[in-house]
Amino acid sequence: MSKVVAVTGNEAVANALRQVNPDVSSAYPITPATDIMQRFTSFVSNGQVKTEMILVESEHSAMSGCVGASAAGGRVMTATSSQGLALMWEELFIASGSRLPIVMALVNRALSAPLNIHGDHSDGMGARDCGWIQLWSENAQEAYDNTIQAFRIAEHMDIRLPVMVCLDGFIISHSIERIEYLEDEEVKNFVGEFQLLNPLLDIEHPVSYGPLILPDYYMEYRRAHAEVMSKVPNVVVDIAKDFEKISGRKYGLFETYRLDDAEIGVVILNSAAGTSKDVIDEFRDRGIKAGLLKPRVFRPFPYEEIGNSLKHLKAVCVLDRADAFGASYGPLFADIAASLYPYKEKPVLTNKIYGLGGRDYLPEHAELALNELVEIAKTGKVKTFREYIGVRE
Amino acid sequence: MATTPLTLKELSKKEVLLTSGHRMCSGCGAPIIVKLVLLASEYPIIAANATGCLEVSTCISDYTAWKIPWIHNAFENAAATISGVETMYRSLKKQGKIDKEIKFIAFGGDGGTYDIGFQSLSGAMERGHDMLYICYDNGAYMNTGIQRSSATPFGADTTTCPAGSVIPGKTQQRKNLTKIMAAHDIPYTAQAAPSHWADLVKKVKKAFQIEGPKFMNVLSPCNRGWRSRTDDAVMLSRLGVETCYWPLYEIENGVTKVTFKPKEKKPLVDFLKPQGRFKHLFAPENEWMLKKFQEMVDKEWESLLKSDAEGKASAG
Repeated sequence: MSKVVAVTGNEAVANALRQVNPDVSSAYPITPATDIMQRFTSFVSNGQVKTEMILVESEHSAMSGCVGASAAGGRVMTATSSQGLALMWEELFIASGSRLPIVMALVNRALSAPLNIHGDHSDGMGARDCGWIQLWSENAQEAYDNTIQAFRIAEHMDIRLPVMVCLDGFIISHSIERIEYLEDEEVKNFVGEFQLLNPLLDIEHPVSYGPLILPDYYMEYRRAHAEVMSKVPNVVVDIAKDFEKISGRKYGLFETYRLDDAEIGVVILNSAAGTSKDVIDEFRDRGIKAGLLKPRVFRPFPYEEIGNSLKHLKAVCVLDRADAFGASYGPLFADIAASLYPYKEKPVLTNKIYGLGGRDYLPEHAELALNELVEIAKTGKVKTFREYIGVRE
Repeated sequence: MATTPLTLKELSKKEVLLTSGHRMCSGCGAPIIVKLVLLASEYPIIAANATGCLEVSTCISDYTAWKIPWIHNAFENAAATISGVETMYRSLKKQGKIDKEIKFIAFGGDGGTYDIGFQSLSGAMERGHDMLYICYDNGAYMNTGIQRSSATPFGADTTTCPAGSVIPGKTQQRKNLTKIMAAHDIPYTAQAAPSHWADLVKKVKKAFQIEGPKFMNVLSPCNRGWRSRTDDAVMLSRLGVETCYWPLYEIENGVTKVTFKPKEKKPLVDFLKPQGRFKHLFAPENEWMLKKFQEMVDKEWESLLKSDAEGKASAG
């Protein structure tokens, strides 16, 4: 039984957290994620959850508190954004290296300087290689669904890694949408009881967390982490199947939209995918075989599956809502290119940087990319491999 | 709970929870402090440890010297980390999933406490976690190579404030962290030293009886950084106390009590002389520094005695 509501992305995530009912949360206010914790702490104050809050003095301490609480043995979550995530950076590696199943909502926004506060993917992309699993969400519904599934993924006994649930700052976090909530009981049963693994609070069996590991063994630990990452896709897919049973909503490693018979396509993350899908429909109406691929699990990146889904296209434009300064292309482009590298026959790739610091992504931007792809597919000639779009010249 | 009488004989019957075989330098003050702290507890303990000498030397995979649950997170966040552990404990206790009485300690060196970990410590104290933070203060970043910290004493020669021909070592006085922690209005703050083991153990025992955040600052001789003999740790700790460089006192609910008053207050130079880091202060041109340093020590001691007298008067 689901309930249809009109809520903001933040409200949806906060409600998912209420339904999951974690043991501890440690958090610090950083816009635009703050609203999640404001809503959540009202659940705490009104006795709707059993969660104990640690209202810390910095984002660094927020993640440090999560690390301590998670190692102690229990379900732990937090939420952050941009500068907060940047300050947490050291702790992100410690949480994942210590194999702690923490769940964090990341309301994506731009990094300073200049100070901006609006949505883009610079924060999440900066943290993409910190050993966390990253789930990206197009809208409030996906943010809600991903948050619930994130706990199952993080706490899976073959995985035990932290998970970041990414949603676009303001565009999703502060916009009201129609979404379907699951019943509290359904969520409770879906996430299940937290399973302990070497908890600090088991004083009969003392364990040491956070050892020094020198060149003799450090590399083996890193490889073990990499191997766990490789197990994540199957677990994500299995959990998505279970989730479909209670929600009727399908999830995979990524979403494809009208891609199977497509000749041209765009690859894009999060909220801008929605706008792009509308434009693709218009192109299809005109008889142009256009499609879209939207990654959901960005870390670990499903190279094989994504490469396989795109290899038959003639031309693909990867749209990045973050730049990688000094690199040739944006971060999403680099992974898409790598996923196609093994194939002899592959599409021509272009890269566009859009929507930084909350700049609107408009249908005309998708049209621009797709019209170029039509031309490339026809002539095989590329005018610009990489450019900023929607920017003053 | 039955308490162990405060005698060495009785304490020595208890299990040592930091095993030998750890890799701290010989003559280091820190493991003496840790052993005393752990012996003082009648409760099971979970400890967090800031990055530093104690941490890197006691848990090198796949070995650990800790017979208690122990967590090292990073340099600046032992207090935030133990906040997390203690909060999970409270959550699970409330839910009826755990019933044991457990005490929580964070250990940090002066760098991880006075400097980079100060914000995390201050935050944890304000939030009121039921925890004891113990700073083992050796007066510099000894683990990274004896660099200056805000706990480094006036005049000391370190690798980042070396005594040179123009600048004679550290020109600033130490941060008075014990007072700063007391200013958080937490229920218990104390200063202790390993030479006065009974005083230290008594303070730890008292801290465990008090609910809420507690802070103890413990002098920790370091022969590498102090450039002293390896077998002089306890003697230097004693001289630190007897010269009133490191006064032993406690502040309980705002009331200050000096817990050790030397019969005869020794001149500060007795503490400085055996340490290579102060050698340059004895050059004729730096005599003013010795004088100034003595004045700083006298001033703090007088102020403490005054607070101590006020505490006695208020107790009637």
